[in-house]
Parts: sequence; structure tokens; C-alpha cells
Amino acid sequence: MRMKTLKTVAARLGLAAGLAALAAPALAWEPTKPVTLIIPAGTGGGADQMARFIQGVIQKHELMSKPLIVVNKGGGAGAEGFLEMKGSAADPHKIIITLSNLFTTPLGTGTPFNWKDMKPVKMMALDQFILWVNANEPYKTAKDYIDAVKAGDDRAFKMGGTGSKQEDQIITVAIEKETGGKKFTYVPYDGGGKVAVQLVGGHVNSSVNNPIEAVAQWRGGQLRPLCIFDKARSTYTNKVTESQSWSDVPTCTESGLPIEYQMLRGIFTTKNATPEQVAYYEGVLKKVMETAEWKEFMEKGAFNQTTMTGAEYEAWLTSAEARHRELMTGAGFVAAAR
Amino acid sequence: MSAIDPDQIHDVEAEKPLVSMRAADIGVALLFLLTSAIVIVDSHRLGFAWLPNEGPAPGYFPFYIAVVMGIASLVNLARALPKPEGEEARTMTSVPGFLRMCAIFVPAVVFVFAISWIGIYVSSAIYIAAFMIFVGRFPIWKALAVAFGVSFISFLMFEVWFLVPLPKGPLEAALGY
Amino acid sequence: MDELYALAGGFAVAFTWYNVALMILGITLGVVIGVLPGLGGANGVAILLPLTFSMEPTSAIIMLTSIYWGALFGGAITAILFNIPGEPWSVATTFDGHPMAQRGRADEALVAAFTSSFVGAIFAVALITFLAPVVAKFALRFGPAEFFAVQFLTFASFIGMGRGSPAKTLASMCLGFALACVGLDGVTGSLRMTFGHDELLNGFKFLVAVIGLFGIGEILTSMEDGLKFSGADAKLKMDAVIRTWRQLPKMFFTFLRSCIVGCWMGITPGGATPASFMGYGLAKRFSKNGNNFGKGELEGVVAPETAAHAAGTAALLPMLTLGIPGSPTAAVLLGGLLIWGLQPGPLLFVEQKDFVWGLIASMYLGNVVGLIMVLTCVPLFAAILRVPFSIIAPVIVVICAIGAYTVNNAMFDVWMMLVFGVMGYLFTKLGYPLPPLVLALVLGDQAESSFRQAMLVSQGDVTVFWSNWLSGSIMTLGVILAFWPLVSGLMARFGKSGRTASAA
Repeated sequence: MRMKTLKTVAARLGLAAGLAALAAPALAWEPTKPVTLIIPAGTGGGADQMARFIQGVIQKHELMSKPLIVVNKGGGAGAEGFLEMKGSAADPHKIIITLSNLFTTPLGTGTPFNWKDMKPVKMMALDQFILWVNANEPYKTAKDYIDAVKAGDDRAFKMGGTGSKQEDQIITVAIEKETGGKKFTYVPYDGGGKVAVQLVGGHVNSSVNNPIEAVAQWRGGQLRPLCIFDKARSTYTNKVTESQSWSDVPTCTESGLPIEYQMLRGIFTTKNATPEQVAYYEGVLKKVMETAEWKEFMEKGAFNQTTMTGAEYEAWLTSAEARHRELMTGAGFVAAAR
Repeated sequence: MSAIDPDQIHDVEAEKPLVSMRAADIGVALLFLLTSAIVIVDSHRLGFAWLPNEGPAPGYFPFYIAVVMGIASLVNLARALPKPEGEEARTMTSVPGFLRMCAIFVPAVVFVFAISWIGIYVSSAIYIAAFMIFVGRFPIWKALAVAFGVSFISFLMFEVWFLVPLPKGPLEAALGY
Repeated sequence: MDELYALAGGFAVAFTWYNVALMILGITLGVVIGVLPGLGGANGVAILLPLTFSMEPTSAIIMLTSIYWGALFGGAITAILFNIPGEPWSVATTFDGHPMAQRGRADEALVAAFTSSFVGAIFAVALITFLAPVVAKFALRFGPAEFFAVQFLTFASFIGMGRGSPAKTLASMCLGFALACVGLDGVTGSLRMTFGHDELLNGFKFLVAVIGLFGIGEILTSMEDGLKFSGADAKLKMDAVIRTWRQLPKMFFTFLRSCIVGCWMGITPGGATPASFMGYGLAKRFSKNGNNFGKGELEGVVAPETAAHAAGTAALLPMLTLGIPGSPTAAVLLGGLLIWGLQPGPLLFVEQKDFVWGLIASMYLGNVVGLIMVLTCVPLFAAILRVPFSIIAPVIVVICAIGAYTVNNAMFDVWMMLVFGVMGYLFTKLGYPLPPLVLALVLGDQAESSFRQAMLVSQGDVTVFWSNWLSGSIMTLGVILAFWPLVSGLMARFGKSGRTASAA
């Protein structure tokens, strides 16, 4: 720990030197050195894809004067990345992209971290979850499937998901409230793509994959979407398969499974960032979201394009955190805080 | 790993012995036992039962692995303890050999320690230069040239071309990185 | 024959001067990335991915896969010269590659490594060309039980590797498994052996351990013996390529075995690192020169390199046809495909014919170009050994530190590297074999997860591993291989072979 304090001191000294060079603070803040975008997850996942996509768009359209560097700090279910943000509160040249582990990791592992240790910049989108089954199974609607789970033996149905005590398992626990006491056997895998393939291979009965993770198998006629965990149907009406579009997938609530869950894809910066600094990042991200590439990316992954900033965003985060705490406490996933 | 040829063994034995194989063997076996004890304690906390519907609990594998490791280390310890009879004890390392190892390792520890304060580029330049001057007996200008060159090239490669941020210190910050 | 026709079309797409120039650029970058430990193929591809967004998808993926080929070639260089595996899959290459370099045969080892990489890759590409749809269907059969069976088989093929005492081998292997357990447990999400330290949440990473055990450990050993690397004063002869190639034909079966092992591990997907270990283990067991493995046998370089490269290439197949990445690098490439608007999966081969066949053609071309490039550079690489030791030693320590840091961007890992360095030195001196430790470290985590996933699926019933012909036959094969040393050991004891003598 002593090492870390000294490091911060050194960093502050350096920062002071850098700031001194600026003399009078300019009205609009601009980064004075390369900006680091931290991904609290490994390479290849959904957050990683979006972060690298943002980096690519910024580079291609030259939206920032200094380079944007992307770093994966996925250790300890993302704890490493979050703790780094917490530890460099005085360095505004760091931003982070989040997924649900923003809430689940501190709750599930007891890592001393909270989203309030960072400054929210912008909600980019919400990632959807869909209940999928193998296309060879007879279930056509979520109701059919839930009825089958109710009628079957306890733990007879297997739900595949990414990781343990994270969003997929939280949704599974929420579904179990509607199955008349029958539990799923939750099988954790290390990646969403793998879960979709395991479902195609018949090694599990269902999954709650994100749209982008399973869309290829849907188009290939191997998987069937039963319902989407959102309050309204998707707005994308372009055909994805020969006969269906994302908007044809019913919501879970309308199929008798009253559960809503979305995953935050948002950007945060460090805690002591000034309003000018937050405004700068907001401006850059706004420009990213106006590009044609971004719109195409959103449609590919059937994202919910809700976007928020400022107080509205903070209110959303507060309620989302409370909801995760409630769901995880109910499921017995909360670890003692350290 | 490296095949030791007979000449070298002869050289080493001519030098003053520092640690015997026996002592090192005993020490390492004890460290293994300690590790296995730590693992067993934590597996106990996690639970090492075979759960009815789920199979092994999180501590199941670590527990049995640590038990096997403990038994193997006891065997190693038992084999190392008796003093070798007849022929004289084999040495693991001699005084000059140990000093030569220290010549690279102690500065390496200082180097890693320095990374946290002054960044990896400055500290590696100092480390390389110091080693070349004091151990390699290179002229100072050559050592400085090599040290600066290596640091500068790695800086270009990581920070500028590949955009991989490594630990940086006040110097880099003053330069705007 | 449809495939040949499509492939010809693919060559027409890939073989433009622009694309060949991108290939050369990509391979050069890849070799640099491969040489530096820590800056792995996955990093390299991820870092350069955004640069390619403004390119045509076909050109972009040609450049990115070329980086991948370059990294596969490059990983062997530092493994052979300095005992530092540049990439996880070149750990097995150090076992015989570095002893060869110590005996002054670094150039031969390099030529053999590059050539075997090439052979492995071409074999795997041919498989992709002609059997992609069939293989993709086969890969779907792999559930947790089958994954565990494959991991068990890998382990079984490697048992009995060390020449050290059985108790020391066992202790070393268990230490590897124990280290692999540290951190967040993937199945239940509970923390194991972290004792409240956030640094330990991440566990001990394989690459950090091997950089320390092999790289730093070797530096310490070399320093103890005096200020030099053995083998440094070997004369460089320019006929290394021809000299080495003459020896290769008699290793036909090693090549074939490693190709099959590699493709199998790439598709299932076990990954290139386990494949290299399995290739090495099987070659040691079934080669006539098996007892000389570990002392600088050319075949000990050929076997893991062929398998690693075949696996690395074959790993692209499940990515294209199923959308599951067979390796971390493939995972990043997968992200790239999505960003270019290509949806990997069952329909890619139908809807994006030009892209797919262009890519496959570029795999052939990229490997040919890569082989020519690295072979011409062999004298250059081997000449690095002639740099005075007191320059190269601190530079190696610096490179190792950078490598350890970049694995997780954590200083803690650099400290761990030093600890592993001392461990590597002590273990080597005291006859604790390192290969079982690193294999346990790389496979322990995955094998435990698969086992426990399989137990979840079967509700705790162990017979699930013999519940279908696929996992059943792999497991049976594994059991036979695991007990093979016992059988051959008994036979050797009766035959009074000199094995015990060499253990001393």
C-alpha cells in the first residue's frame, strides 16, 4: 500500500508540472496527454468490442486531439479496472467502460468499490438479454418453456450463462421465482459466444445470451428467441432472419414472465474530474454516437439506444444499484464487505 | 534445465561452498509444506465436500491437491534429511557464484522497486547502464548510449506505436505523456 | 472440387500487391510482437484493430491474420535463444530449443521451429479448406464432459515427462495446480486463497510464471556459471537451412502426429498451448530418441512447434463457422469481424464467399511469405547471442519485466516474476521438474472448471465421462496414456535400461 501512495504522490507531482504548463485554465478543457480507456473485462467480450469500436471511430473521424489508448484490466471480475479508477481519482486522463460487473463485482466479491468512486459521463446504450432455446426444442413461447420447467423435475433444466454470480445468473434466479419452486441447474461458462454454441450443441436447455452473441445461430436456424427482457419490444424492424426481425421477439412480460433486465454500457471518468472535463468527454462521445458506424453497430447488436447524462444518469445508476443489491441479496450472492 | 558439463562442476567445487544441496533441499521441502498448509486452511473455509447436486465444492480440488503436495514434500524432506555418507556433500552454490547472482538480482529488485516511482523507462536505463559499468566494465559513454537507446526504443514502441501504456514517472509527465 | 474452384477465386481476391504488402507489414509486426513476451498476438491484433476500420474487410483481416502468423513464428525466437517463451505456446519449445542453443546449434533450432510452424499451419489450412462444414458440426458435440476428457488426455500424454524423482515431480505438479486455483473461482464466484488481497483476485497468470521460472531463472543460472551464455561463441554458418532440412524428413511421423494433435486441439478448442505440450509429450513417448528429449533434440523442437501452429491456425475455424473463438487472438479477430459488418457463424461461408475464400487463400500465402521472411533472418536472430552478456542480461531482465507487466497491467505481476525467477533457479538446481508445474498451471484452471461444469450438468454423477462414445473414448485413451509410463517403466526395469542412471 505504501508503494501505491508514493506512486500517487509521484503522479501528482507530474500532473502538477503538466498543469503548470497550461497556466491559465482554458474555458474548454482538452486532454494534455493520451487518454486511457479501461475495459474491466478480458479481450473479445461485449464491453471489449464496444470499447475498441469507440476507439476505432474516434481514430477514423479524428474526434480527439490526443490518442485514445485501450487497456484491458479484467482481473478479479473487473475489480482491477475499477480499483485503478478509484486509485487515480486525480487523473482526468482515464475513462472506463462498464458492464453489469460495475454492480455485481463489489457486491459479489466484497471489493471495496462503488460506482460513486467515479464520475459518470454518459450512458452509451443498454445491452439486451433474450431467452434462447435450441430450435429443435418444441417450445415456441416463453410460457411453453416455463410451463415445461414447472412440470419437470427440480434442477432438470439447464441454463447456460457467462460467469458466476453475474448478470446471467441473476436473471436465472429471477426466472426461478416464476417457475413454482423449480430451480434451474445453472452452468457457468467463460464467454457468451461459448454459451450460444453449447446451447446449439444441446449441452444446456436455454440461455440468456445478449442478442449479438447468438444472432448468428438464430439466423442459421439453430436457436430460437423466446422473449426479450425489456419493457417494450425492440425498435429494429429490419429482417434478421428470413421471416423475423428483432421487433418480432415478444417481451418477457407479455409472455407471462414479468422480468426486465438490461446491462449498462456506460462511460465513467475519475472522481475528481471537473465539469469541463466531463463535458469534453461527453462531447466526444456525442460525436461518436452521431456517426453512421455507431448506428449500424447498435442495430447489429439490437441495443436499446437509451442514452443519458448528468443527474438523470446518476439517478438511473442509483436505482440500478439498489435493484442489483436486492436481486443479489435475494439470491444469496452478496459477499461480506471488506 | 541447463545441462551442466563436467568442467563447470569442477570449477564450482573449487570455489568456497555456500549452500549445500541438502540444506536447500530441506528448505524447499519445508516451503512446500507451508504452502500446502496454507491451501488446506483456505480449502477448509471454502468447504471441500462433494455436494449432492453440484459435484465438488470450491475447496475440493485445492484440498486434495494440497494433501498430495504435503505427502510428496514429506517424502522429499525425509530423503533430504539424512546426511550423505561417505563422499562429501554436494554444494548447490558457492560464494562467488552467489555473489555473481546477486550482481544481477539485487539491482533487479531495486529496478522493480524504482518502476513505481520513476517509471519503467528511466529505471531500466539506469539499471542497464549501472550493470554495464560496474559488472561489464564498459566505458561510461558506451553504457549510457546503450541504456538510453534501449529505453528510447522501447518508449517509442510501447507508448507511441503500439499505444501500450507502461508505468511512467515524473520525467514522462513533464514531457507530456 | 467446389472447394478448389472457390479457393482459386480466393487467390484472385487475396493476391494483389496491396495485400501482399500488408502481409509483409503484418508479419514483421507480428514477429516483433511475438518476440516480446507479454505483448502477445491478442494484444497486437487488438491494438491494431482500430487502424483497420478504414480498410476493406478482406485487406484488414489479411493484415491482422498476418500479425497472428508473425506472432506464432516470433514466439520461438526468444524461447530458443534465451529460454524466455515469447508466447505461452512456445514454452514447450524451450525444453529442447534452448539446450540446442547452448550447444551452439541455435540456428538449426530456429530453422526447425520455423519450418515446423509452417508445416503445421499449412496442414491446418488444408483442413479448413476441405473439411470446414464437417468439422464445425463435430465441434458442436463438445460439452463440458468432452472438454474435460480432452484436458485429461493432454495431461495424461505428458505424465512421466520429468526425469526427476517421482515425489519431486508430484510436488511440482501439485504446486502448479494449487497456484492455478488462486483467485476468483469461475464456477461459484467465490474467492480462493486470496486472504483479502485484491492483487490476488486475478490469480497467478501462466505467462508471468513462465517468464519468471524460465527467463529470470535462466539468467540466474547463467550468472552463477560466469558472465556468459553457453553456446554464444558458436560459429555462424550460412547453410543452416539446408543442414536442418536434411534432418527433417526422417521425422515424418512426428510432424504428422503433431499436425493431427494440433488441429484437434485447435478445433475442440483446447488451444495452442496445451497442443504444444501434448505434441511434445507424445513425441517424447513414441520417438526413438525419446530419452534424449530435454537435452537438445531437434525432434523436441519440431513436435511442439508443429502442434502449436496447427492449433493456432485451426482455432480460426470454430471462430468462422461457429462464432466461438478458439484462442484469445481469435476472440479479438471475432470482434473485428463484427465491426466490419460480417457475422461469423453458420451462414458466413454461404453469404460472404469472397471474404471467406479470400481469407483462406491469404492463410496459404501469409504462411509462405512468413516462412521466407523468418528463414532469411535466422543468421540475424542467432547473432543476437553474440552481444556481450553484460549488455544482454540487464536488457533481458527489462524485457521480462515489461512482459510480466503487460499481462495484466499490474506491478504485482512484476514482483511475482522475480519470485518465480528465484523459484525457477532453485527448482532447476534441486531437480524439481518445471514442465509439470507449468502444464498444471495452464490446464489446471480449465480442467477444474470443465470437470465441475460437467458435474453440474450430470448432477454430480461421475459416470458422465463415459456416457457417450466421444468423451468415453477420449477418457479411455487418456487412462491408457496415463498408465503407459507404468507399463513401459516395468518393461524398462526388467530390461535393465539406463534410465535410472540418467536421473542422477
